[in-house]
Amino acid sequence: MLKRSIENLGNRTIQGVWRIGFAARFFLTMLLHSGTAFRRFGLTVREMYFTGVLSLIIILVSGLFVGMVLGLQGYETLQTYGSEEALGVLVALSLVRELGPVVAALLFASRAGSAITAEIGLMKATEQLSAMEMMAVDPIARVVAPRFWAGVISMPLLAALFSAMGIFGGYLVGVQLIGVDEGSFWSQMQSAVDFEQDILNGVIKSVVFGVAITTIALFEGYDAPPTAEGVSGATTRTVVTSSLAVLALDFVLTAFMFRGIN
Amino acid sequence: MQHDNLVEIEDVAFGYGARQVLKGINLTAKRGQVIAIMGSSGCGKTTLLRLIGGQVKPGQGTVRVAGESVGELDPASLYRLRRKMGMLFQFGALFTDMSVFDNVAFQLREHTDLPEDAIRDLVLMKLHAVGLRGAAQLMPAELSGGMARRVALARAIALEPMLVMYDEPFAGLDPISLGVTGNLIRRLTDTLGLTSLVVTHDVQESLKIVDYVYFVSEGVIVAEGSADDIRASDLPFVHQFVHGEADGPVPFHYPAPSYAVDLRLGG
Repeated sequence: MLKRSIENLGNRTIQGVWRIGFAARFFLTMLLHSGTAFRRFGLTVREMYFTGVLSLIIILVSGLFVGMVLGLQGYETLQTYGSEEALGVLVALSLVRELGPVVAALLFASRAGSAITAEIGLMKATEQLSAMEMMAVDPIARVVAPRFWAGVISMPLLAALFSAMGIFGGYLVGVQLIGVDEGSFWSQMQSAVDFEQDILNGVIKSVVFGVAITTIALFEGYDAPPTAEGVSGATTRTVVTSSLAVLALDFVLTAFMFRGIN
Repeated sequence: MQHDNLVEIEDVAFGYGARQVLKGINLTAKRGQVIAIMGSSGCGKTTLLRLIGGQVKPGQGTVRVAGESVGELDPASLYRLRRKMGMLFQFGALFTDMSVFDNVAFQLREHTDLPEDAIRDLVLMKLHAVGLRGAAQLMPAELSGGMARRVALARAIALEPMLVMYDEPFAGLDPISLGVTGNLIRRLTDTLGLTSLVVTHDVQESLKIVDYVYFVSEGVIVAEGSADDIRASDLPFVHQFVHGEADGPVPFHYPAPSYAVDLRLGG
């Protein structure tokens, strides 16, 4: 009994390590075969439509609501200290530093990541990838790499739109609804948000999240057992793993970026 | 003619992990012929096609296509060789995000610099050959199983390959589609000068169209011969297979402990 459970544990560990190794090789192969994704940029643009453009609605609506909530909650707290005019700063910094990249990435993982995994998994299950290989077309170059770069390009754009919508939501609630002074809302925001420290770091975060999410989604799809349970399991794993990866990476990146900022 | 035999398989063994699927197969396919590879489900027929296409490498022995050893080619040469091969997958494996037209045009667009006008003509010609020119603008989801298989056939011959492999082309087809598919394989082989390798377990349909048959069982070739040889064969396995008998050398029961023991009868 004990022996069997130890064996099981060992087996799982070995499989886990083997999968990580396979994922790393997959990632490298994908990068090496990325030529086609840029030479025939149309392929990548097509995928940007599916991963990026079709995610717009959920990103924009969520951004608006998150910003509106920030406006309400921020006002509530700032009012206690009599500094309601700083609402613009609070909304903008929360969004461009954290909420924009992170929440947009979480939404992206569940909206586009799951779709990518399901699509690649089903293409594999129905032998479409095999067929492509037999037609002397490399599926990594033709199918996988364009989706990867489409995701990497879309993610920061979506995060930026999320933040913009959020700031607009904060403005609606703070200025239009509650009546915070419009001039100080914008001018304080303008003077407090630093391009390099805040915006650029936010963009770097979202690029990293884009790489992580699309890699996980593509790998899970490519590695999915060619059955209905296999594809559904892989889709679930994509959402769970990439959400956790986003949150963990966010902590690491934040720790590096905002050291020593007051 | 450079080589009389387009495909030569010598003493090939292959296994997935510990399970040995093929144990020393010898097989040749002459140019211009339709060759059938038959055997019960799961006997390694599809694996044989994957070996010829270079998707897996043999553990032992050599697979030669047009004189080149497939297992030893580097990726670039393998891809060059694959351009001269077509493969029809069991359920067609059409790209579901493209129309019938784009599916057939896929290889022409990927591998040639032909102008779109020429591609259009070529695609319509291939679709006409399989009787589906009128279906060019449909999506794969709108096709019946038999039609999807014919589109896949048109796609497989788009670059005028020298070898076409068919993985279970008759599986799950109604009698009319069955006859249509069989005739198409024969006719395309003759008119385009192809060599066709048909993996199947549909004995009656394939015996009508093939030149030569190999029987695979337990990872080895157990019988071979022309269609007439096979019909007349008195080898127990071939007899069981051709006449579809439930029990014989291939047992009806999956290996199990004694029935009485399993039902806990007696001591």
